[in-house]
Amino acid sequence: MAESKQSAELTEVQKKIRATFEAFDYEFNNTVDVREIGTIIYALGCFPSQKDLHDFIAQVEEDHTGWIHLDKFLPAMTEVLLEHKFPPIPEDLVLQAFEVLDKEKKGYLDPEELTKYMTQEGEPFTQVEMDEMLTAHADHEKNCICYKDLISQLTIDPDL
Amino acid sequence: MTSASKVDLMDFILPDHQTSALKAAVLIQRWYRQYVARTEMRRRYTWHIFQSIEYSGEQAQIKLYNFLGYLMDNFTPSKISSYFCYQNIEVPEIYSGPHLTFPLTVEQAMGLVEAFRMKKQLHSRYVLQLLLETWKLLRMFPNINRISTCHSKEITICGDLHGQLEDLLLIFYKNGMPSLEKPYVFNGDFVDRGKDSIEILLILFSFLLVYPSDVYLNRGNHEDHIVNLRYGFTKEVLTKYKMHGKRIVKLLQKIFSWLPLATVIDQKVLVLHGGISDTTDLSLLARLDRHKYVSALRPPKKRLMSSVGTSIDSDDEIWSNSRFNQRRTSLTYPKPLGERDSFQNRSLQDFSDRLKANVVENELEPQSRRPSIFNSVTTRSEKEITLSVSSDSAYSDTMEEWKQILDLLWSDPMTPDGCIPNEVRGGGCYWGPDVTEDFLNKHNLQLIIRSHECKQDGYEFCHNRKVLTLFSASNYYDVGSNRGAYYQASNLTRELSVRQSIGRTERSALKVLREQLFAHRSDLICAFKKFDSNKTGLVSLSEWANAVESVMHLNLPWRMLRYQLVTCKTSDGVINYYEWFNQLHIDQSLLETLYRHRSTLETIFRIVDTDNSGFITIEDFRQTWKLLSIYLKMEITDEAICDLAIAIDSNQDGSIDIDEFMEAFRLTDKKSRLERGRSMFMGTAPDLTKLEGDPNI
Repeated sequence: MAESKQSAELTEVQKKIRATFEAFDYEFNNTVDVREIGTIIYALGCFPSQKDLHDFIAQVEEDHTGWIHLDKFLPAMTEVLLEHKFPPIPEDLVLQAFEVLDKEKKGYLDPEELTKYMTQEGEPFTQVEMDEMLTAHADHEKNCICYKDLISQLTIDPDL
Repeated sequence: MTSASKVDLMDFILPDHQTSALKAAVLIQRWYRQYVARTEMRRRYTWHIFQSIEYSGEQAQIKLYNFLGYLMDNFTPSKISSYFCYQNIEVPEIYSGPHLTFPLTVEQAMGLVEAFRMKKQLHSRYVLQLLLETWKLLRMFPNINRISTCHSKEITICGDLHGQLEDLLLIFYKNGMPSLEKPYVFNGDFVDRGKDSIEILLILFSFLLVYPSDVYLNRGNHEDHIVNLRYGFTKEVLTKYKMHGKRIVKLLQKIFSWLPLATVIDQKVLVLHGGISDTTDLSLLARLDRHKYVSALRPPKKRLMSSVGTSIDSDDEIWSNSRFNQRRTSLTYPKPLGERDSFQNRSLQDFSDRLKANVVENELEPQSRRPSIFNSVTTRSEKEITLSVSSDSAYSDTMEEWKQILDLLWSDPMTPDGCIPNEVRGGGCYWGPDVTEDFLNKHNLQLIIRSHECKQDGYEFCHNRKVLTLFSASNYYDVGSNRGAYYQASNLTRELSVRQSIGRTERSALKVLREQLFAHRSDLICAFKKFDSNKTGLVSLSEWANAVESVMHLNLPWRMLRYQLVTCKTSDGVINYYEWFNQLHIDQSLLETLYRHRSTLETIFRIVDTDNSGFITIEDFRQTWKLLSIYLKMEITDEAICDLAIAIDSNQDGSIDIDEFMEAFRLTDKKSRLERGRSMFMGTAPDLTKLEGDPNI
């Protein structure tokens, strides 16, 4: 009983991985550009760190060609998903993270503040990423980022 | 194993703010990137689906029509089916008029003509059904129809009919009914003033349904519900159809907005209702969403607009016998009427006191024959237009489009050079012979055929015979009245030179071939790679030909065709095949490709948005996707659709507007996406520098 449930889960997981992989396989030859791997893994509901990604890529990349083949990706990713290796970040933790950055406890962040943190600390954003975030999510009238609203807006149920 | 990625609550409670800030930043970055990646994933997924429509081997055009047809047949959103539902309407036994079954046959269309001649009235059930079918068909037509006289020798063009059934019957009697051998163009103003407007429409629409490639309808300024309120058509419908008149009126409103704006014959003769202005731009007109402009007197609704232009009716009409030259200039454009919210519910009558000037009205009343006006051209000073100024640039695009349509439907030619506002009508302009000259040259045309003005003989040339006004409603051919006329266009344009016509066929064949090549790109790339063992991305031209031959299995002289098909740069007889594929995609009629996906998506949006509000509900969106998945025989789970719908509704207001809809399918450009992907793990991996020289970017 448990076994069939498990194998059902396995099939589901693999289907999901395949579907996501295929969306980035432009040449229909079961390979994707290594630079898309981060996107693919995130899209599957995982939250790896940069180091996690590095390690993962090292595992699956085809001899530094810049391509990753489904044959290697599938088992590695299946393991990741089944073992919940890169678990999601709960909402309240994100909120606290924002609150840490909001030193003055204003309830919002100025774009300059956020930019400073995002582009200089941690696993920095590129300028493009930063611009996009601000354009899409900053409140243009008040010129601030109300992070509480932002969190509820962007948090999607990981159980796709 | 997982400790590196887990961030603990404890990490934040540290004396060192810097460290905790660092950890907080990491968390936020990771969280945000995940969101972006998921969004991108959705886009890619939906894009894939549409790509499979595009490149599954059929002609794109046919595919689109088939899918749209399928969608329209199967998509029955609750709103529209209940409102325009004809199925529940019963036809009583005593009804002696014609019964219609669909799809309509030519016998039925002719039967309808005969029935109307015998003064019968079509039952509202059939009216609604006919109108629904017409609406579905009209949505597929482009803004500008294009016909050629190579199949049939003649095309008959009719001007304003204005509800005068007798004139239409006379034309059919003298010239023959529309058929495959006898194509017709009806140049607008089918309704208002005369007493049989609805019958004329029903006849025209039935022939349109029976002969969709041989009957062409152009919109006139009277195909406009606001004008109809004033000039009798709405009243006629509500009187003749007491129970279902309102529904019919509403459906007609939609239909009018979907009528094409103009017709071009043999690429040389432009047929449109009103005229042109010095800013008329056919390519803009071809591109815009004509159905947004429900009334030419009113700019389209926009969600965030602060005020809306609206037409105003005036109580001060003066019946006048003045001749053409004595038209009173009526206006200064009145000031804007203030915030939209403040006048949304007012009736038209409320605005009359805010007008600064009177509107002069001349009506040519066909039934009452006044000898004193027999020389005068009908002047119709219609309504005034209020414009409100907005600084929104999207709004100004809309205003530009609206002005183009207004000019097209309302303008009149004048004798002197130049282009001035048409103050009598209150919209459009007067344009001079120099404007005609420039316009014809710019668009490589020879003649403009228009209507809109009554002419004594039923027709009149002006502007050095470059503009022809055609008016078909007549006064029963009595003395002192105007005649109606129709124009037979044949041999208007020179025969296409032999070379030209071959070029045309060749181009379309090449287009199909390019599409086929692109559809086989994965096989072709494999074949190219076999020749390209060093993985340079390059093959020689003869290798190219060999590879293509082996994959396509088409007995074509590929080496000869190479010059037509390979237009990307080839240095030293060598082709970069990846680049070639990109080029191939682009070569396919650039405009078409650029807009192809866009217009497919927009059309789908329009279909789903049945009340033309600019919004679709999440539920409607879900239904559409379900249909799409059935049609494509693809497995898209309900869950995925739900998520998609919710994700697309980016401002989370429970409905999807056209921008959100389009945004969902927007592909970020490849380069920036790869850059972003790289940034997710950049910094420490030395190997990444090897990717710099990627030729695929």
